[in-house]
Amino acid sequence: MFSSLKDKVGQVLLPGDEFSPETDDTISLTDHVKPEKVVCGPGLRRSGDRLLVCKSGVLRHKQPNMFWIDSQQRRYVPAKGETIIGIVTVKSGDVFKVDFGGSEQASLSYLAFEGATKRNRPNVQVGDLVFSQFIIANKDMEPELVCIDSSGRANGMGVFGGGGLLFSVSLGLVRRLLSPHSQVLADLQRLFPCELVVGMNGRVWVKSSSVQQTLVIANLLQSCDTMTAEQRQQLFRRVAQGAP
Amino acid sequence: MKDTPLSNCERDFLLKAIAEKKRLDGRQTYDYRKMKITFGTDYGCCFVDLGKTRVMAQVSCELVPPKESRPNEGIMFFNIELSPMASPAFEQGRQSELSVKLNRQLERCLRNSKCIDTESLCVVSGEKVWQIRVDVHLLNHDGNLMDAASIAAITALCHFRRPDVGIQGDEVTVYSPEERDPIPLSIYHMPISVSFSFFQQGTYLLVDPSEREERVMDGLLMIAMNKHREICSIQSSGGIMLLKEQVMRCSKIASVKVSEITELISQALENDKKARKAGGRCGFAESMPQERITALKMDETPVEMTDVSDRANDVIQKAEAPPHTVPSPVVPVPGVGQVGQGLQNTWGLEEDDEEEENDNSGEEQEEKVTQMEEELHEKEESRGDVVEISDSEEEEVVILHPETPAPKNTGLSSHQKGAATSKKRQKK
Repeated sequence: MFSSLKDKVGQVLLPGDEFSPETDDTISLTDHVKPEKVVCGPGLRRSGDRLLVCKSGVLRHKQPNMFWIDSQQRRYVPAKGETIIGIVTVKSGDVFKVDFGGSEQASLSYLAFEGATKRNRPNVQVGDLVFSQFIIANKDMEPELVCIDSSGRANGMGVFGGGGLLFSVSLGLVRRLLSPHSQVLADLQRLFPCELVVGMNGRVWVKSSSVQQTLVIANLLQSCDTMTAEQRQQLFRRVAQGAP
Repeated sequence: MKDTPLSNCERDFLLKAIAEKKRLDGRQTYDYRKMKITFGTDYGCCFVDLGKTRVMAQVSCELVPPKESRPNEGIMFFNIELSPMASPAFEQGRQSELSVKLNRQLERCLRNSKCIDTESLCVVSGEKVWQIRVDVHLLNHDGNLMDAASIAAITALCHFRRPDVGIQGDEVTVYSPEERDPIPLSIYHMPISVSFSFFQQGTYLLVDPSEREERVMDGLLMIAMNKHREICSIQSSGGIMLLKEQVMRCSKIASVKVSEITELISQALENDKKARKAGGRCGFAESMPQERITALKMDETPVEMTDVSDRANDVIQKAEAPPHTVPSPVVPVPGVGQVGQGLQNTWGLEEDDEEEENDNSGEEQEEKVTQMEEELHEKEESRGDVVEISDSEEEEVVILHPETPAPKNTGLSSHQKGAATSKKRQKK
């Protein structure tokens, strides 16, 4: 199965495609056989002894044995540990309700901020943006957010957002922006100096030195979602030349 | 499901940007978004795209008894549906405030302005009249639903054809579209609504607000006008105080916009009429924009597959042997590429056209027919400008370092589509 998966890396797969262990797979009784391990990422699901594809997209591979399907989507499904940008909608007593674009709103306790105590409440208003991470995110329970990490420090999370623009892009672009050596980010850095907050729920907040530049960056990011690398670089170059 | 709430920073940013006369998508204050009008296969079905806002209108007709108070007039019925696919804020079945407001505005705009001659819809006075029903469905909500809905409704009414009716004494026959061509409705004028949004208590004004701008606006002014500069309906909502000069200015802007939009509608109706007459493809499928991530697309060429192997063998046996090939390309001068002529032309194409377009060298004509790789070689060739291959069309042919006499073919000899250079030489 490993070899058949390896063959299809880079190809477009559709839900319903499956990978089953080869029927003529013979295991020698005398040689030392290493069990093949395949780690399934998003879009692949194990059913019995077969691997089923459940999202349409391109099959990707990472050494040594990780496979996943790269697909385009805009609807965010919460996952534990992911950092997102949420909007505070309700402030009731000790708990804030935060909208992050999912099917229900997440709850954020007022004590989950750095340096917050019962006497010292954080300054959070309805309509504020918060950058936080999920500690509970599964399909059976209401999602919960916190703005501190496990050691109690904020680590960049918390309330933010004066003076910038919030917009939404597809989840694929967000992952590309957050990947370690991001091409998109490198191209963007050469353009204008700006402050960027990227939430894994597809929301991006940008702030630059002037309103015009902020609008330009927002429009650029929204449009380079479906462009190839050259088209994107060409677009950025055109913008850099156009801007004084 | 509730709509995404608007965060404070978005609101502040939008208001700040509007104060600096900047809009999110880069439009000017009085600019409309890109408008696209397409029609479905049936008469009376119209799609309007205003930026990302998408609206569909469908007109249908039915014979019904008329109202008692107006026995010789037809009936017009308007309905706007806020489909849940347009926005998460719209719920199925519930008559929200926005839905009531839009319905009322559309009715006032189209019915009270008497843009359609209802008396012509009467078939038998007091007994049978046509009831024209306009259903507008909102498919995507990105702001300014009213304008898109009014444009869609009036365009669909102009596009609609009702069945022809024949009256002989007491007998009334309704002809089907196959028996007699359906006839259009008689429309006096086209009222079109233009929306203006106000910000900061009327200080700033924007035409055609998008969804984000609608969320932060203070008030909305809707003016429905036709191209003869007659105001059909005017409505202000949101409770802002407007000055007389502001309203006058808005009406002037509206008259300009309405004439542009009316022009666009007439153009679209014309195009559709031509397309239907020519028997071309028209309809919903054609109106969908092709949004593709892939860059290349090639149409399938139909290939006749019957008896392929036999025919192939046939062809191979009857064809001439390919001319002698050289194993490697000969480069007379470093830095220049050798252009191959490929095999002889077996396509039997007309030579006349090709000969008339004699450019610098025969190779150039080959390039038009052959593939990209050869074009690259040709460019190298012209850039080099040092040597001319012997079988070009030039008068003087000089080869600086002749290693072999002009080779006929090079390694690129697999291309079948070489132009007929041999035949050209004969002509010379």
